[in-house]
Amino acid sequence: MATAEAEIQAGYHPHGRTGLWDWITTVDHKKIGLLYGATSIIFLLLGGLEALTIRTQLIRPDNHFITAEAYNQFFTMHGLTMVFLMGMPIAVALFNYIVPLQIGARDVAFPRLNALSYWIFLCGGLFLYSSFVIGAAPNGGWFGYANLSERPFSPGPNMDFYSLGLQILGIASIMGGVNFVTTIIQLRAPGMRLMRMPLFTWMAFVTSFLLITALPVLAVALFFLTFDRFWGTNFYMPAAGGDPILWQHLFWMFGHPEVYILILPAFGIVSEVIPTFSRKPLFGYAVMVYSGSLIGLIGWGVWAHHMFATGLGPIADAFFTISTMIIAIPTGVKIFNWLATMWGGQLKFTTAMLFSVGMIAAFTLGGISGVMHATSPHDLQQTDTYFVVAHFHYVLVGGTIMGVFSGSYYWFPKITGKLMNETLGKWHFWLWFVGMNLTFFPMHFVGLLGMPRRTYTYSAELNVGALNALETVGSYIMGVAAILYIWNLVRSYRKGEPAGHNPWNASSLEWATTSPPPEYNFGRVPTVRNREPLWLEGKEQVIADAQAAPGYIHMPPPSYWPILTAIGIATTFALFMTHVWWAPLIGLAATALCVMNFAFESTT
Amino acid sequence: MDHAATLPAAGHAETATGLNTFKVGFWVFLGSETLFFGSLISTYLVYKHQSISGPYPDQVLNIPLTSVSTFVLLMSSLAMVLALAGVQRGNRRQGLFWLFMVAVLGSTFLGFQAYEFTEFYHKGLTLQTNLFGSTFFVLTGFHGAHVTVGVIWLLTLWVQGLRGELPPERSLTVEIAGLYWHFVDIVWIAIFTLIYLLQ
Repeated sequence: MATAEAEIQAGYHPHGRTGLWDWITTVDHKKIGLLYGATSIIFLLLGGLEALTIRTQLIRPDNHFITAEAYNQFFTMHGLTMVFLMGMPIAVALFNYIVPLQIGARDVAFPRLNALSYWIFLCGGLFLYSSFVIGAAPNGGWFGYANLSERPFSPGPNMDFYSLGLQILGIASIMGGVNFVTTIIQLRAPGMRLMRMPLFTWMAFVTSFLLITALPVLAVALFFLTFDRFWGTNFYMPAAGGDPILWQHLFWMFGHPEVYILILPAFGIVSEVIPTFSRKPLFGYAVMVYSGSLIGLIGWGVWAHHMFATGLGPIADAFFTISTMIIAIPTGVKIFNWLATMWGGQLKFTTAMLFSVGMIAAFTLGGISGVMHATSPHDLQQTDTYFVVAHFHYVLVGGTIMGVFSGSYYWFPKITGKLMNETLGKWHFWLWFVGMNLTFFPMHFVGLLGMPRRTYTYSAELNVGALNALETVGSYIMGVAAILYIWNLVRSYRKGEPAGHNPWNASSLEWATTSPPPEYNFGRVPTVRNREPLWLEGKEQVIADAQAAPGYIHMPPPSYWPILTAIGIATTFALFMTHVWWAPLIGLAATALCVMNFAFESTT
Repeated sequence: MDHAATLPAAGHAETATGLNTFKVGFWVFLGSETLFFGSLISTYLVYKHQSISGPYPDQVLNIPLTSVSTFVLLMSSLAMVLALAGVQRGNRRQGLFWLFMVAVLGSTFLGFQAYEFTEFYHKGLTLQTNLFGSTFFVLTGFHGAHVTVGVIWLLTLWVQGLRGELPPERSLTVEIAGLYWHFVDIVWIAIFTLIYLLQ
């Protein structure tokens, strides 16, 4: 051991920064992954608190726990937080940490750009949340429908935070997407053909394509809104001939691919966890790759199913009904392949496995109600009711979040070298699973009984008080489960049992290196000869290479330009809030200066 | 070519595809840009003929004038090709001259755009006047901003070249700036065709 460390010193020279400054200037994909992870867990708690506030308000009819205006801000920020500040970045956290390890790379393709993405994301999140300080958080829903979001109907700064904040966050997502597409195309280890990549990397690949294609459309939609609100253009103003439906088209052209941006990473996680704990290779690997890619592709042709109620006409309705239903086919294929992977396997129900299996069950329920909305006449009955809320919480809480929980239990030993506590984990799972179903299952009924969403209270005459009380109890149980989860993370990090390098005896490359991995990931980049490099022939060589003492390895040095550039970009957008036309130019000049320094910084 | 210099993270000379990572990354970024301009152009087309008050496109668009500025921008792409060829061959004078010419032609295009915007303003078309004004100025404004970024980028490269910092081994940086420049040029061809010619 001592000699191995001496050799590491001989071959690899760390940059020698420590503490806070190290985190601020890091360009290491693993540290950036942890920054993304920690930040999104904090936002998960904030978004969760907003949800609990909403549920407390709805615990009984005609309640006045919070005002209607506060309710609007809470449900809007809950949606924005869970989509942009939790769902996307927590997936990106795992992409960052795991994808380079799974493909046998030392880092992502553009390490400084990666740091820049994170800092822009953090600045965007802080900007969005700074709206609470002045009591004017966005209040027009996460979908921000025009023309309610326009200046005459929303005169305060609330929706300015929305249009500018999402613009900042979108820049981070596009940069992240470019980085991961390039990383996966370019930095695969020798022999790591596309069709040998683990499913999680594949889904990261598809998700990244969705990021780079969907986010620019949102950027344009938001620019139009910003121009309308700040400089009196007429993009969504009917008085001047503008069409509010244009916003809906642009928003959902982004928004539906966004749904797959949120769920495909969870599909990837489940596709890693289930084979590992079934001791079987993934059933139908190729079809899993094709179906994931197909979901990404068809995901671009279904956006208007969010808009059946706008009256698109029978031909458009029929088209989008059919295209939406078609997506159920590759999704169903995935579900059956997961089940077939488990079939006849030596199942081991660790917490990670429980969350994956629970995810399949919950996601399937959400998927079925999704096919119900796909039918446009059916959707007209359900739209704007709690039935829709039930649907998308089953796929996002039951699908995305349970998938991410599964992934965090699965990869925690790799990241920290310690095991998470299984007893606490199982409490976490069962409380979450029960709480989730108690919260969201009754919403199907209250929705069909006619309870509208986005309304701060309801009348006792609707006779949904008991079911709503049940939902609120369920949400509190989820809150307890979330606290158990955080406690488990902290406790296991401090005094978890040593995990070893491959505690689950998993098959993919990230388990070949040490836990936690060294900064350069692999002593020698292993050569991949098959789809399960740690299960099939040649595994000894792969492990020997991965854990070998490094030869000369050059890792990019830390940099403070990413955080400065991010602050510059966020400031530029924030200065629009002053309504002084030249103020953003100051931010722009500062950003340009940072970009120049960024571009000319030496990376050797 | 010295891949190691352009692949700091990988630490090994080869990439999985054999392509340069910066180049692949930039192509991916341009793919994203396509969707950005695609959305802007689509909005213009959706809102065509929807303005409820003038001035209308046929009253303000000056096709002969814009044909000249379009020609200037197209020629700048030719200059870009010659600049890259000069840098790749190590012909410093050719590289520097044409790099500067691209920036000059790009600036000329921006000058035409500034003149055009001022003319429209005098004819009563502003950002707020009608849907045509909103969609036209925002679309061409974003394109102009891209050209401006390109001009700054090219001038930066030109200054580097003057200092002797653009040897053939670094031609890739010029090539990537070229990719950007040609992309912005192609977007203009789409804008010129769809907005000016097909009224």
